[in-house]
Amino acid sequence: MGGVRTAGDLVMRLQLAKKMKINEAKAYVAEKLGVNLEELCDVVTMSEKREEMGLGLAHVEPCAEANAGMAAKFQIAKALNIKINSVERFKERAGLSDD
Amino acid sequence: MGNLKERMVNMGEEKKYFTRMGDGSIVHMTEQEIRQDIEEGIQDAAKRGKIDPLTFEEKEKLYQIITMPGSIVGVEHGMQIVTSNDSGSDKINTKCGIPTSRDVNAMIHERLLGCDSVDIGYSDYNYKTVKGVAKREASVLKQALNYCTMPLFYGAMPNLGFYTKPDGPVDNWAVLLPEGKIKEALAAQEEAVDHAVRDIVYVAEQMNDVGADAFMLDTCGAAGDADFLVALKATEIIHERFPDMPVEIGMAGEFVLGMHGKLKYNDVRLAGLYPHKQVKMVEQAGASIFGAVVNTNSNKSFPWNIGRVCTFIKACTEVADIPVHANVGMGVCGIPMCENLPSDIVSRADKALIEICKIDGL
Repeated sequence: MGGVRTAGDLVMRLQLAKKMKINEAKAYVAEKLGVNLEELCDVVTMSEKREEMGLGLAHVEPCAEANAGMAAKFQIAKALNIKINSVERFKERAGLSDD
Repeated sequence: MGNLKERMVNMGEEKKYFTRMGDGSIVHMTEQEIRQDIEEGIQDAAKRGKIDPLTFEEKEKLYQIITMPGSIVGVEHGMQIVTSNDSGSDKINTKCGIPTSRDVNAMIHERLLGCDSVDIGYSDYNYKTVKGVAKREASVLKQALNYCTMPLFYGAMPNLGFYTKPDGPVDNWAVLLPEGKIKEALAAQEEAVDHAVRDIVYVAEQMNDVGADAFMLDTCGAAGDADFLVALKATEIIHERFPDMPVEIGMAGEFVLGMHGKLKYNDVRLAGLYPHKQVKMVEQAGASIFGAVVNTNSNKSFPWNIGRVCTFIKACTEVADIPVHANVGMGVCGIPMCENLPSDIVSRADKALIEICKIDGL
């Protein structure tokens, strides 16, 4: 799907976390992000959407406003309402645990 | 003079289409030859798997995909699907000889190649080897997880053959079987299963500790039914102990070889299972994604191979309750058996798998 250029990483996360098949996973992500299925696979629409929501991009310029890596994954977990293992471990190590 | 097509008609020559054999070599085939090979491939799969052949409409669609103009073909906008892989982040080093670290490779996959996920894996891609360096492997994964946005797996193969003497702890069943030592050969495989499951779960624990987004068991069944059983048993334990680290099981081949022959999982004999039955076992074990494989026959044409592939994979996706990712590496799912893959065939195989077989990923 193009990974972080579009929403491929997000759809992949739904396949992993909730065992959703491709159409269900796409629909879930599209609904959470407020885009349609055509826009979900579009690099131009999704670049703007990802920047606006802090979901991580393929390019990071200007760097100060761009999320990537762990910061983006915090936002992804929140936006998609899923648990991300690496985020949970990071929270524990950083003393940010919800508990 | 007319164009090439007109001249061929005038000369009484039937139009031939560019395609390839299963070893990647170029071949030109007429419409009739292509249609005949598609049909024979479909019938071979239907007979072996005891599954339905493709419909008339699906065969027509497949013919169109094989013969459509353009070197590279693509799916309609919006039909794009996601990708997972095996030893993905290590291929820049081991295959291309570019000296980069694996965490950097993962970022290259994410930000340059546009992958939807990738796995961190050891260059000797099997869990028996990884066990000895598991915590160090976990350190590499931990660094990559901090930098990367997309899901990162840790991946390797069960590779049960590595548990045989002289390198491993159990007798070699491939030696025992030809000697007629059947009971000993069966016992050796059963013992190896326990060793392999223990090693995989140990590695899984290290990867879960650093927050792996997912865990990959790749090339499962390579050493036969015992090898597949290892993957299922290990997945069951991982799913229960580390529920936030989903598992993908990818297969070695289309058919589970009966090297043991009597092994069962949940009362189902594993030997002889094709993808549409393998996926039900994988679901029961608790995996999130199934990586289906259909072998490429190097001596047959791409139309024959992809007809056969689509018949098997369609039967698999129709019964699957979890996402199915078709394995489209060298020598599987219609991809030719050659080191440098031709994009004309790869893109046609991908399009057929997505549009006819309704796969969930590659």
